[in-house]
Amino acid sequence: MGMIPARFDYRQAGSVAEALQLLVSCDDAKLLAGGHSLVPLMKMRLVSPATLIDISGIAELQGVADTGSVLRVGALTRHRVVERSQVVAQHVPLLAHVAGLVGDPQVRNRGTIGGSLVHGDPAADLPSVALATGATMIVTGPAGERRITAADFFVDFLETAVGPDEILTAIEFPKRTGAGFGYEKFVRRSMDYAIVGVAVQAGEQPGIALVNMGSVPRRAEAASQALASGAAVDAVAALAADGTNPPEDLNANADYRRHLASVLTKRALLAAGYR
Amino acid sequence: MSTIETHTTRVTVTVNGREVSEEVEPRTLLVHFLREQARLTGTHVGCDTSNCGACTVLIDGEAAKSCTVLAVQANGHKVTTVEGVGNGSGGFSPVQEGFRQEHGLQCGYCTPGMIMACTALLTENPKPNEHEIREALEGNLCRCTGYETIVRAVQWAATNGGAGEWA
Repeated sequence: MGMIPARFDYRQAGSVAEALQLLVSCDDAKLLAGGHSLVPLMKMRLVSPATLIDISGIAELQGVADTGSVLRVGALTRHRVVERSQVVAQHVPLLAHVAGLVGDPQVRNRGTIGGSLVHGDPAADLPSVALATGATMIVTGPAGERRITAADFFVDFLETAVGPDEILTAIEFPKRTGAGFGYEKFVRRSMDYAIVGVAVQAGEQPGIALVNMGSVPRRAEAASQALASGAAVDAVAALAADGTNPPEDLNANADYRRHLASVLTKRALLAAGYR
Repeated sequence: MSTIETHTTRVTVTVNGREVSEEVEPRTLLVHFLREQARLTGTHVGCDTSNCGACTVLIDGEAAKSCTVLAVQANGHKVTTVEGVGNGSGGFSPVQEGFRQEHGLQCGYCTPGMIMACTALLTENPKPNEHEIREALEGNLCRCTGYETIVRAVQWAATNGGAGEWA
């Protein structure tokens, strides 16, 4: 028979306003977008919400818009769309590149950028892009809209700053047109979560962010500052794991992860054009 | 005796061109809807954790892992299973024939998912290079072939008619 989720009530929201209303009126509700983080957790009964509010049909949360200085990506935009978007490839190439490395083609056809970010998994790819590029999360709740920087967004393991009555509606990425970038992901099988990953955004406000180097997605702060002040590649890479508390599991112990973080940071810096 | 209150919802999916409409619990997974409501058992449950790809079907023409999609999420959409590949009268599609010609299977458990992922690939990219084929199949695990013969099966299909017909 296989694994199936616990029972829940299914509701559909046709607009953000309707979804917000349902979040208030339904007990213990979770939002369902592409379902590629939530459904696996529900099948393993790690979460068993009483109500699922399906927001996947909300048109206003889909697609990529060029608003001048930033790209505004709707939270429901699927990885496949981000991966193939010409405007993303031109203005935030790190995002287009990494979107094409999430999971596998089937996962990218269904999973959404907003779903991946609110899941807050430290081993996921896209939080590192938001952190390295200095993205801003647009969150809507009963009191209106608020803006949260990526640095303040990831709070704890699988926990973000989005409140229980709020919805992540869009992500704004500052344009990085023409700037170099690098993403290095160390895996044993191509579809796996990164054992360690590193995202580098070059340009005026450079950033380095780490994947799976602690309980939350995080920037490599010391390395990012060294990069901004013009330090050499090896010196920046040596700082990559500074201040991290990497997890230990069957793939790697903490020391090995720190080593990987430095090696991958150097590779990502070189890919981004630093010498 | 206690009664468990069960809410059901109507799910209507066009499966291989045929409308299937059933009252199911919202927690019903698409793969179970296909196997138990539509009675199409070609779609396999493998790992049940969105890793192995044995349950791959097309939703509106795009490959998806049906163990990780709720049936309600496919409501109103078009789903193609391995039974919908080929000409409908038992004739193989070029992808299926490629797996036969190049021995792209041993035990066959992964094959329906492989056929669907390859069909999606060739529909979108009729002449993929080897790298593109391997990338397109990264979400489908095979424990028998070592993938070499599967890659050759896709190459065979690409030069002998492509994705072929599917409903």
